[in-house]
Amino acid sequence: MELIFFYLIAIVAVASGFLVIRCQSPVNSALGLVNTFFCLAIFYVMLHAPFMAAIQIMVYAGAIMVLIIFVIMLLNLGTEARKRYTTGVVWSAIASLLVLFNVMYFIKRGRVTGAEGDITSYTVESVGHVELIGKALFTEYLLPFEIASILLLVAIVGAVVLAKKEV
Amino acid sequence: MITVYHYMTVAAILFAMGTYGVLTRRNAIVIFMCIELMLNSVNLTFIALSSHLQNMDGQVFVLFVMAVAAAEAGVGLALMIAFYRNRDSIDVDDINLMKL
Amino acid sequence: MYDKLWLIPFFPLLGAIINGLLGKRFIKNEKVIGAIGTGMLFLSFLVSCKYFIQLLGDSVKSHQNVIASWMSVGKLQVDWGFLLDPLSALMIMVVTGVGTLIHLYSIGYMHGEEGFYRYFSYLNLFVFSMLMLVLGNNALVMFVGWEGVGLCSYLLIGYYFEKKSAGDAAKKAFVMNRVGDFGFLLGLFTLFWALGSHGVWTINFVEITENAHLLSGDMILGASVTTVATLCFFLGATGKSAQLPLFTWLPDAMEGPTPVSALIHAATMVTAGVYMIGRMNILFAMSPTTMFVVALVGALTAIFAATIGFAQNDIKRVLAYSTVSQLGFMFVAMGVGAFTAGIFHLMTHAFFKACLFLGSGSVIHAMHHALHHAHLDDDAQDMRNMGGLRKKMPITWATFGISCLAISGLPFFSGFFSKDEILWWAFASTRGNKVIWVIVVVAAFMTAFYMFRCLYMTFYGEQKTNPKAKDHVHESPWVITLPLVVLAGLATVGGLIGIPHAIDIAHVGNKLNAFLAPVFHHSQELYKIEAHGSASTEIILMVFSVAIALAGIGFATVMYMKDPSLPGKFTAKFPTLHRVVFNKWYVDEIYDTLFVNSTKKLGIFCWKGFDVKVVDGIVNGIAKLVGALSSVLRYTQSGLFTNYALTMVLGTVVMLAIFILN
Repeated sequence: MELIFFYLIAIVAVASGFLVIRCQSPVNSALGLVNTFFCLAIFYVMLHAPFMAAIQIMVYAGAIMVLIIFVIMLLNLGTEARKRYTTGVVWSAIASLLVLFNVMYFIKRGRVTGAEGDITSYTVESVGHVELIGKALFTEYLLPFEIASILLLVAIVGAVVLAKKEV
Repeated sequence: MITVYHYMTVAAILFAMGTYGVLTRRNAIVIFMCIELMLNSVNLTFIALSSHLQNMDGQVFVLFVMAVAAAEAGVGLALMIAFYRNRDSIDVDDINLMKL
Repeated sequence: MYDKLWLIPFFPLLGAIINGLLGKRFIKNEKVIGAIGTGMLFLSFLVSCKYFIQLLGDSVKSHQNVIASWMSVGKLQVDWGFLLDPLSALMIMVVTGVGTLIHLYSIGYMHGEEGFYRYFSYLNLFVFSMLMLVLGNNALVMFVGWEGVGLCSYLLIGYYFEKKSAGDAAKKAFVMNRVGDFGFLLGLFTLFWALGSHGVWTINFVEITENAHLLSGDMILGASVTTVATLCFFLGATGKSAQLPLFTWLPDAMEGPTPVSALIHAATMVTAGVYMIGRMNILFAMSPTTMFVVALVGALTAIFAATIGFAQNDIKRVLAYSTVSQLGFMFVAMGVGAFTAGIFHLMTHAFFKACLFLGSGSVIHAMHHALHHAHLDDDAQDMRNMGGLRKKMPITWATFGISCLAISGLPFFSGFFSKDEILWWAFASTRGNKVIWVIVVVAAFMTAFYMFRCLYMTFYGEQKTNPKAKDHVHESPWVITLPLVVLAGLATVGGLIGIPHAIDIAHVGNKLNAFLAPVFHHSQELYKIEAHGSASTEIILMVFSVAIALAGIGFATVMYMKDPSLPGKFTAKFPTLHRVVFNKWYVDEIYDTLFVNSTKKLGIFCWKGFDVKVVDGIVNGIAKLVGALSSVLRYTQSGLFTNYALTMVLGTVVMLAIFILN
């Protein structure tokens, strides 16, 4: 049952991804992308990471997608005016297939290594996912967290400076 | 039984599709969305492995990836607006100043 | 006691720096610039006087003052060091003394010139270089001065650089000097190597003098080392001192301002060659061959230049050829071993020739102003436009006349003593030669003739200036006449420090001889150079040379005073001879054909044949090769973002593949 559900979601995700790269209108691509994000959120829930699923929907499907749609509207890009694809379609297809083969090879032949932790699905349910992430983020990863905040600040300033009409 | 390999395969397919999109599309915004797709496939890998290894680190990394993606979205879209203002187009084939 | 010797060249250097850097923008005022230039040199003169007097009373006659180490390469140690001995002491007195007077004179002469500050800066720099040359305690410091004076000479000859002839003359002087400098360097290398082969690695003059005896018997290229080295040094001297065959630059150097001609091309720089031989007298004394060559070249130059002096109409050119001729006298003195006499003549010549040049400058200055006032462009230097200036410019006339008497060698003027001593040594020295004596005597006769020709044409007879300008000729201001008077005084009495033994009735003794003995006596004694002959012979020769001089003067008087038509008749009778002499024996033309044009052709070949085809060909070929290769590579640089992204992805794939395969 669960496996069938997984395949269903996986097919939807891949199909939505296919829409992203095939659609003529950027708005359609954006809708495909939103769909993919939702599928991924479902995967996160299935992986016992409900908080990540929530963030996935809020940040990606919410914030970033709104931003993208906004820019599409701002620039009035209903459809692409000229050719949709660049000249190197064949080469690009070969390259991405090679990437896929490489990665698949890793997944099949490679072995998942790394320290096995003690956070089982039971722990997640009893303690709470948010608390676990919060502990990790504000103790072990405090410095990267602060740096990420500075990065966001810089990105805001940079976006304002770049998008301003006259600097 | 769903294994971590299932998730990783899905992630790999999404990643390859994103790559293909980045390499073939001419519209900068679509390219941008393809990049988001690639980032998300990586996120999926992170979380799948985090769950498999019963470890929180992967999920924290996903948070950072999201932060970077947000920053990237802000700056990248601002760049696109600036480019559109100068060239009246967001076609990447018009970004060819690197050629003398 | 002698540790402040460096002050002597320092003051002129300071003046040169101040005037050169600040003169144009900040000082501007001519009086201040002139005062700085002259004042610095006067300070230097005072220091020189102090050390000169100190040296007179000192029993040790050689003092070195090392202020810093210059370079230390292997066994070669070179210092910034100064050497004060009687020879350099005498030279610094002449250089700073005459130099100060000429600086003073320049204030008046150069009044109103465009580059007044530049002129004084160069002139001070020249004096600095000359003092380095004279005071240097080793050959390299001397060489620094040697090149420095050449540079300043170049700069000052080309002072009116907007005139093409001045620029050409400057280049000519520089190039000919370089030929000589090459000889100097070769000589220095030979000497350094030869002394080094005996374990004495030195270029210090004192040590060279002490160790010169080691070289006797050394051979190189089938000749003795000293002969080779000294011949090379002498080549350097011929370049700097305008001797055959490198003399043609000096007459052209008259393109510079007249005080420059007086200071550089008469009194000081051109005597550097003589000084250098004096400084290395022991090496020259060791090589009779070289000394004979020196004497012969000197004698030939003396007579050769004198003949050209006959036919020149430009007052400065007459003096220039006279300078070449007088330098020939000095080299004769050096060549026959009369080192003291050579230096003596150098000194007296500095007085009377500087006076003559400054006198001519005074005349030219007056003529120029008069002609300018009347808006004429007649040549202010042509003696045919002068005449009868005696009444108009009495002080100039008197000083010029006195100097003419001195250079002609009339008794009791300075030139008489020095020239006579040269003649006596040429006649009686162990290194002397009767042929050389005869040549020099003839040259002395000619000297008297052309100098009085010059005097008569300028100051006597009818004034032949254009009538419009005639009445505007006036005596020059005091800054010009004062140096004239002082120099004329020195030209009159300067010879009394070297009264020959034969006519020394009052038994004052030959002061100069005694003073310079520490420098020259050693080599003269060691290599048996002396003039032997009875006092009566000496007196007879003296009378004879006076008679010769008087004959020259008389001859000139007849031709240019009594019967002014005679020169024209003479010219008409021997047209070819006159033409040849007038054109300076066509030496310039011969050099042009032999050296200048062939060098030019070689240069053009190197340019068009070698440089354009071979060098440029290689360079352009490499460029074309690279261009061809990159035209293939440029396809990868499409400038398209997707192509770069594709390359990046492929690169990642390849890296992953390598990772997998490993």
